[in-house]
Amino acid sequence: MKKDKSFSYAKYGYLFSIPFVVVYLIFSLYPTVTTILLAFTDAKGMQGLSNWNFLPKEQIFENFVQVVATPSIEKSQFINALKNTVILWVVNFIPQISLALLLTAWFTSRRNQLRAQGFFKVVFYMPNIITAASIALLFNKLFAYPIGPVNSLLQNLGVIDAPIEFTSKVGWTRGIISFIQFWMWYGSTMIVLISGVLGINPDLFEAAELDGASNSQMFWKITVPNMKTILLYNIITSLIGGLSMYDIPQLFNKGNPRRSTITANMFIYNQAFGSNKLFARASAASLIMFVIIAICSVFVFMAFNDEAGKAKRAAKRAARLEAKKNKMEVG
Amino acid sequence: MASNTLSAGIRHTPGERVYHVFKYVVCIFLAVLSIFPFLIMAVNATRTTTQIQAHPISLLFGTNFLKNLDILLGKNMFNPLVGLRNSFIISAGATILTVYFSTLTAYALVAYEWKLRALFFTIILAVMMIPGTVTSIGFYSFIYKIGWTNNLLPLIIPAVAAPGTVFFMRQFMIPSLPMEIVQSARVDGASEFRTFNQIVLPIMKPAMATQAIFAFVGNWNNLFIPQILLTDSKVYTMPIMVSLLNGDVYKTEYGAIYLGILLTVLPIFVIYFALSKYIIAGVALGGVKE
Repeated sequence: MKKDKSFSYAKYGYLFSIPFVVVYLIFSLYPTVTTILLAFTDAKGMQGLSNWNFLPKEQIFENFVQVVATPSIEKSQFINALKNTVILWVVNFIPQISLALLLTAWFTSRRNQLRAQGFFKVVFYMPNIITAASIALLFNKLFAYPIGPVNSLLQNLGVIDAPIEFTSKVGWTRGIISFIQFWMWYGSTMIVLISGVLGINPDLFEAAELDGASNSQMFWKITVPNMKTILLYNIITSLIGGLSMYDIPQLFNKGNPRRSTITANMFIYNQAFGSNKLFARASAASLIMFVIIAICSVFVFMAFNDEAGKAKRAAKRAARLEAKKNKMEVG
Repeated sequence: MASNTLSAGIRHTPGERVYHVFKYVVCIFLAVLSIFPFLIMAVNATRTTTQIQAHPISLLFGTNFLKNLDILLGKNMFNPLVGLRNSFIISAGATILTVYFSTLTAYALVAYEWKLRALFFTIILAVMMIPGTVTSIGFYSFIYKIGWTNNLLPLIIPAVAAPGTVFFMRQFMIPSLPMEIVQSARVDGASEFRTFNQIVLPIMKPAMATQAIFAFVGNWNNLFIPQILLTDSKVYTMPIMVSLLNGDVYKTEYGAIYLGILLTVLPIFVIYFALSKYIIAGVALGGVKE
């Protein structure tokens, strides 16, 4: 009887999924397939979007070769852009996760409770929600040369004698872009990590406290190992976001100086929507990014699966223990 | 001060007290770091370019706000009202579609047993992380061919299919939707669609509110795809307006540039300070990153 009922309702499962599936097929899957196909064609210029031919068999990977392997400076821009993207991400992420972990330890410390946590969370998170394009332009003006707020501040504090032309120096420009990323994201990472800590069984901490464990011992021996999945998830989502970086380097310094802050997405944009409209080559670059990001996504997917598996295993273990206990009590 | 802030009943060594004060110093420094750039922006938006050149940092508001606004609007490029209108239409439209249809899709995944359900959910998990920017060439090609460039629809309709939001809604729905209620609605003769609209949606309100905020802000802040599709100044969004401020037209008009940036972030600031409690709670839940 019951089975019969659930069978008759099954069609609603399909019915209610239709809008999602239809829109996904048209606006996500179809464009994805088009991007993949275009990567193997000669599509160039606006007419090239509807009027393209596949490359001849012996040259089918020509777009990829041009994007990746051609050694001339102009064409190896993509590898340069990919390198920039990774540098900008790493330099932002290491301090970001470190500070977020430190603040998480402070905010969840059981011995010394920090006050005004709600206020600090709201303020630390604030830059994350503000339009990245606006923030990048704001920082461009704050770091203006020869007269600008940051130069003026550093001179007044006596840190520097003469103003620095930040946007003409590779190290400074990369450093500032990474800093903006760091500044926008450490609050968000911290809040996610804190909620992860609050999800750990408090008995573990109490037992450790009774055994006389110090704050830092508890943090490294209990907190961090119990948050592996959250940390992994955070690293990979941040990496995917970092690989798609566009707004901040574009608005801060347009990829300058000397192409040192052009990111992969900026390269793709310039190829496709610059004067030459090299759609095929941009598609090849997109496809490379797509593969890199897909590989990263697989790790997230496995992390979630692992988490589900872990919960199941834990439940089984608990059930076994319980059964054993009952047996012993009976015995 | 240190001894006041320590929790009672626990003995603390002097070293611990110093460390505790140090924590506050760091947190206050970081708070200043978060606020300071925006404060400079707001103050300089009210000062003349000459004043800004003489003293780039000031905490005293000037009186040049209206003059800066004149300069900003006088170039016939940066148009905050047009940007506001377009960004609002896109963000509101996309948010409504995302929240409604993601909840509906999640309901299909949670409430019914159907053959392809597990496969469908696996696919959603798999594509959840892929950002729209990597398939932008194919997307542009499609939109160009159907003649929808310089139209807001291609920035709104795709919001119907938001895998990340479906995932979030499903996770929220499983523990919070009692199937007995759905069953009793069936007994009362309500159609499945009506049950969803009148019983399920109200139960899902908290999750929908959280996702609505993130969807709205995410769409508002988006630059890459709108910049590709929208080339006519009548359909520019706020972030595209910001990129105009970067051009040569405004080169030395610092007061006007600061004011322009201020105008683009003002709506988000208002949303944030009105809803910060819910936003922080949403982030803690692992709210989907846009």
